[in-house]
Amino acid sequence: MRGFRGMLLGLLVSFGAVTGAAAQTVEIEYWQYVFDARIKAMNELIKRFEAANPNIKVKHTTFPYADYQTKIAAAVPAGQGPDVVQLFYGWLDNFVAAKFIQPLPRDAFPPAMIEKEFYPIVSAMKRDGEYYGLPTAVRSLALFYNKKLFQEAGLDPAKPPATIDELLDAAKKTTKRDAAGNMLSAGITLDFPGQDYHWWRETLLRQNGGAPYSDDNRKVTYDSEAGAKSLNWYADLQRVHKVGQVGFMDEGQAAFRAGRAAMTIDGSFRLGGFGAIKAFEWGVAELPAGADGKKANFASYWVNAITAKPTGEKLEAAKKFMAFVTTPEAMQLWLETVGELPARKAAAETEKNLNHPIYGPFLKALNYSHATVFVDEMGQRQVSLDMINRVLIQNQDAKASLADAAKAEQAILDKFYKK
Amino acid sequence: MPIQQEISGGRFWGGLSLRRKQVVWAWAFLAVPILFYALIRFYPTVEAFYLSTTNWNLFSKPGFVGLSNFQRLWADVVFWQVFRNTVLYLAIGTPVSLILAFTIAYHLDRVRFLHGFIRALYFLPFLTTAAAMAWVWRWFYQPVPIGMINDLLSSFGLPQQPFLRSTSQALPSVLAPAIWAGLGFQVVIFLAGLRAIPNTYYEAARIDGVSNLTILRRITIPLLKPTIIFLVVFSSIGFLRIFDQVYNMTSGDPGGPLNATKPLVLMIYQTAFSSFEMGYAAAQTVVLFLVLLAVSFLQLRLLRDR
Repeated sequence: MRGFRGMLLGLLVSFGAVTGAAAQTVEIEYWQYVFDARIKAMNELIKRFEAANPNIKVKHTTFPYADYQTKIAAAVPAGQGPDVVQLFYGWLDNFVAAKFIQPLPRDAFPPAMIEKEFYPIVSAMKRDGEYYGLPTAVRSLALFYNKKLFQEAGLDPAKPPATIDELLDAAKKTTKRDAAGNMLSAGITLDFPGQDYHWWRETLLRQNGGAPYSDDNRKVTYDSEAGAKSLNWYADLQRVHKVGQVGFMDEGQAAFRAGRAAMTIDGSFRLGGFGAIKAFEWGVAELPAGADGKKANFASYWVNAITAKPTGEKLEAAKKFMAFVTTPEAMQLWLETVGELPARKAAAETEKNLNHPIYGPFLKALNYSHATVFVDEMGQRQVSLDMINRVLIQNQDAKASLADAAKAEQAILDKFYKK
Repeated sequence: MPIQQEISGGRFWGGLSLRRKQVVWAWAFLAVPILFYALIRFYPTVEAFYLSTTNWNLFSKPGFVGLSNFQRLWADVVFWQVFRNTVLYLAIGTPVSLILAFTIAYHLDRVRFLHGFIRALYFLPFLTTAAAMAWVWRWFYQPVPIGMINDLLSSFGLPQQPFLRSTSQALPSVLAPAIWAGLGFQVVIFLAGLRAIPNTYYEAARIDGVSNLTILRRITIPLLKPTIIFLVVFSSIGFLRIFDQVYNMTSGDPGGPLNATKPLVLMIYQTAFSSFEMGYAAAQTVVLFLVLLAVSFLQLRLLRDR
């Protein structure tokens, strides 16, 4: 088979040489997971790319999210699969360690250019001075608030809380209970399995002067005074102030959507879901600053990367395609089709985008956001969930719970970096 | 000439008795499904045993690590918690569901009015998708204002219960719909078993003036033994492999708060497809296989000897 294919290729090449055909079509394959808006956006980008590069064909393949990583892991070592692949930034270390993806060629993607033009969170894609992937779009967190409930509580719906003290105050005023003390409407949703574990780790903890990990990401550092302070502050929302309740309406976003929560913290990817709300008007604000005005946020993204597969012509084509999907033009299209934020500052921070009542707060956050480096995304998430459950369900002391969590997460990190 | 050929070519075949011929034909037809079954069933099982001795993580080639996955399992606190949960599912689920099913079937057997309709009502949950059912029950367990059970408690002035958000109540809360869902199947099997007991035994007992309880203890239950054995083994395996209910009822924090409801199958799933530790997951699978084997053998033996 291979011999036959080789012969055919040889024939084609010599035919090309004889006829002097300048354009020899190169086909590269692109993979992403199934998400309608993303597929639509990518199909449009591929159409434009092929129009500009008639000698390159891009084959777009998608898989259901649940199988996605497994498919890549099975295909790449077998020498099949994509030339350019989309992956969650938290998976990078696994992919780099397995040599599934190659560093972005410096000629097409100089690190100095990336650092100057992209948001600083893309540094999570840098290993030993080399960048391994670049996002088209990024997501950050913000505070969503229900203007109707704000008004009913006598708060100004045009002035969302700007600090965590104001947040607590607004939450107290908007919480509703029945005669027996049962919560009917939450001031703020408490949903650690949602986005709250990011809010705690990258925002509250840092606002209290802490940091979740050491600079090289190999040591857990949240087992600290700041860790205890921030965790207690979060848990007190339920324990002391009773302005929220874990599990109320099952999920934070469900409570907010049903108009039974005045505030919730969620990501820009929720804009589509909340866009369907008809019963009330809602607003978006930057995450409240700490007591001393310190701001912090969490950003995450999907990146495009070049796999280890393409060489020669295909690599050149892959480079061109990667460069194209990370142009400002592609990013604007992505924002309009998928609703995710441009990863380049210049593309994101246009006057129009920054003053946009909904995109604005998310975009402003990108300048002070952190992207957590995960080595086992689900495993590390579970550690966080267990930590808050020990505090809220078993009444464990925040300090002790943090110590347990740090130990468990350190074990995950050690196991990974030991390899 | 053709006749001659047939006789000489079929000497072996012609020498077989009709019965033997049937056996050969039977094996010939069975060979295909047996081969197929072996290929899709036993080969992966053997492969799982092999994988359990490797450190395969999906991203690299499997390397042999001996029994270290099992050592790690032995020292893993979460595994023992999960093991305990799995045993609890079995130890509570099987007897409770069997006693309930038997009680229902025993009484249903005497009901003539709307018998078929009531039986269908019991059987209905068994036909429903486990995932859909789990989500409905998950909604039942919610706090006020949307949870049906807590709304009810609250209207009687009773305190709300955390159910799925509690480390002590979560497991029974997950088990309840699982038992409820399987009840219809068990009731139908019990009914069939009850109907199969010849009426003459009961008539003889009544003539002798034996009490209902004695009839139950001396006639009904002993004669139902084959049915009971089947249901005990079948439902034990079901509870040991519980997954859908747990996964769907606690999807945000899979396995409940602090692993309160996590069964072995869910742990295997997470180890394999979230953390990609295929070797470690295979070791857990081997343990589950051995537990299933041991429990089934033990039950068959105990119930047979009595």
